[in-house]
Amino acid sequence: MYETTYHRASSADDAVSRASSAGDGKFLSGGMTLLPTMKQRLAAPSDLIDVTHIADMKGVSVSGSTVTIGAATTHAEVANDAGLKKACSSLANLASHIGDPAVRNRGTIGGSIANNDPAADYPAAMLALGATIHTTKREVSADEFFTGMFETALADDELITAVSFDAPSKGAYAKFPNPASRYAMAGVYVAQSGGDVRVAVTGASSDGVYRAADMESALAGSFNEGAIDGCSVDEGNMLSDIHGSAAYRANLVKVMAKRAVAAAG
Amino acid sequence: MAKVQMTVNGKSVAGTVEDRTLLVDYLRDGRNLTGTHVGCDTSQCGACVVHVDGKAVKSCTMLAVQADGSDITTIEGLAAGGDLHPMQAAFRENHGLQCGFCTPGMIMSAVDMVNRLGGDLDEGTIRAELEGNICRCTGYHNIVKSIAAGASAMGAGSKQAAE
Repeated sequence: MYETTYHRASSADDAVSRASSAGDGKFLSGGMTLLPTMKQRLAAPSDLIDVTHIADMKGVSVSGSTVTIGAATTHAEVANDAGLKKACSSLANLASHIGDPAVRNRGTIGGSIANNDPAADYPAAMLALGATIHTTKREVSADEFFTGMFETALADDELITAVSFDAPSKGAYAKFPNPASRYAMAGVYVAQSGGDVRVAVTGASSDGVYRAADMESALAGSFNEGAIDGCSVDEGNMLSDIHGSAAYRANLVKVMAKRAVAAAG
Repeated sequence: MAKVQMTVNGKSVAGTVEDRTLLVDYLRDGRNLTGTHVGCDTSQCGACVVHVDGKAVKSCTMLAVQADGSDITTIEGLAAGGDLHPMQAAFRENHGLQCGFCTPGMIMSAVDMVNRLGGDLDEGTIRAELEGNICRCTGYHNIVKSIAAGASAMGAGSKQAAE
């Protein structure tokens, strides 16, 4: 790892001001991606601004059907939150299958979303739940936030502070994890609220997380596994690598979608 | 350089580290606590697991400065004097190791598991919870057996604090 200077931010504003005055500063949350990337010398920020000690950015709150999760809340905290398990168990369940227990004790929802790894789980959840991403500058819908593989609408000096969403009436996430890394080779989050169905896919597309519009309309018509049969997944957009061909991933997307619908009940 | 102060295995310690120093390197080189191992160095194998403020963490993927002010327990902090911690004793009794390289991380993860889930752990739970700890010798069978025995010795059904 190249040299860097560590800062511990006391508030979101403090974090932003430290990042702005740094030469090439980066926000550090759980560090589960950033630190390995720095160790490989693929990233060399001059300054690291640790946001995990900002009290306002931690914790889950449920008020009626509205769920708000602080950006620095760890996967373990999301997975085990009693209020969230009641309001939106599918998201708690998703969090309980990210990485491994030690990773879940450090990694955070804000860090995962800001990184927008094409195989990360949370971006699919945010899209399917129609979440709002709260930053130090604005509120952005998940639809506008994720702009491509490892790309988001965030500016360099913009920090995610929280995410919020209305809990769906039904929801589930199904993923096929890579047997070695446990990252999703295909993960599908299905959420239904009234007549509205949203389906988001991670791990599979070369454009990163996306919404499967044809599955959404098929499921809005009839919310059952059979509705997925008539949908097609374009192989042309799928990732193809040593872990699986584009055709394999395209098929996995349908299989995971069916499993998610079945689990949502 | 940064000054760090933390409690390691019950003792308050202070030192100066480079901001980029990993917690595992500070523990091994700065504090001579070489029981915590570096295996893969990519946060996958779990040989470096320690407890930070009571939670299992991969110390190869945390900076020492991030742990400033924290309470750290390493494998050296588990035994009470000459008496092995029940989880350590269970690994010995059940032949839960061969080369032993992964064992400190296995035991720290196992104790964390019991702290979170209680002493009554079934095989499926133990195997799922060992997702982040890799052993290349044993085939896991005796590790799983050791953890079940250690968990039960730590107190069946209770989420007992082990440290």
